[in-house]
Amino acid sequence: MVMKRDEMLRCLANHVDNEQIVVAAYSSAFDWISIRQSPLNYISSGAMGMTSSHALGFALGWPDQRIICLDGDGSLLMNLGSLVTIADSAPKNLVHFVADNGLYEANGPHSTPGRGKTDYAGLARAAGYKSVFEFDSLPNFEQQIGSVLQATGPVFVWSKVEKGENYPKDYKLMHGPEIRTRFAEAVRRIPRGHG
Amino acid sequence: MSEEELSGEKILNAIREAGVSHILSVPDRTTEKGILRRVAADHSFRHVRVSKEDETIGISAGLSYSGTRSLCLFQYTGLLDSLNAVRAIAMEYSMPICMMVGLLGKKAGVPPKESDNYGIRIVEPILEAMEMKYVLIESNHDVKKIVPAIEEAYKNSTPVTFLIGRSPI
Repeated sequence: MVMKRDEMLRCLANHVDNEQIVVAAYSSAFDWISIRQSPLNYISSGAMGMTSSHALGFALGWPDQRIICLDGDGSLLMNLGSLVTIADSAPKNLVHFVADNGLYEANGPHSTPGRGKTDYAGLARAAGYKSVFEFDSLPNFEQQIGSVLQATGPVFVWSKVEKGENYPKDYKLMHGPEIRTRFAEAVRRIPRGHG
Repeated sequence: MSEEELSGEKILNAIREAGVSHILSVPDRTTEKGILRRVAADHSFRHVRVSKEDETIGISAGLSYSGTRSLCLFQYTGLLDSLNAVRAIAMEYSMPICMMVGLLGKKAGVPPKESDNYGIRIVEPILEAMEMKYVLIESNHDVKKIVPAIEEAYKNSTPVTFLIGRSPI
């Protein structure tokens, strides 16, 4: 049975501490902020595809903090070159999840090109990510997520999922200034470190 | 060096003086020799080579939250290709995105809006339509505008674009 995205994210949330920055794209972001309420959630990527680039900026800016990126297959396809950029920059502290439901869900539930055929783990491996994992069942994800989060980065995690429960899709919140102000205030207490 | 010339070294000194530590780039023939080659050889900057120009907008935004200043360096074609990211992140989110954009094909001394190159001619009107602050850097005299513009961008959390109007040497 294919795992539900929200079930996967609930499992992940059990391994994310209160001081961890999580940057998330669109549908994953709406699921995530319902599951883990924290000012350190960053959901304002602005333009589709930019989540992985924000994540790289966070990872370079806080080299001593593990940065979690929750991308989608549609978002990644809009910035596929970021795989190569991230691999080249080689941040050891970045964990890049891609929840692949084969849909441009945020834009309307139409298939992404390559649905069911594209090997995102293979793309990440070929781009040069240090550690690459793939999951299509929740028990395997639950069993391995602890070690996945400790792997040497950049880490890529390809999860084949289907949509779970419906969560509020508050685009006004996502693009409004309040959530970014709250994030900016929350990250001031995080030391920048030296990598 | 005459005031009609443009020094890449002076530009980099200004960028450094403004506290920029990260250069995010796609090569551009206008700036690659005078600026980018120096960046690649100068380990005082962290040089991030990106696959496509719009990535720099997201990376720069992410960096800014940690107080890390960066400069996005690419050609005007990259700016045109990145307009949606610039629209959303730089303008609507009002992030301190600093871009240095080479105007490949612009003739020195000819204002961009009077260029016989369509791509060059439309750059300033597009930035004006987007309500983006921009500064034309065409001679060493203009280089002094770089530090205050970057300082203002980070102080007020607003973007700025430097248009490089001739190849720095």
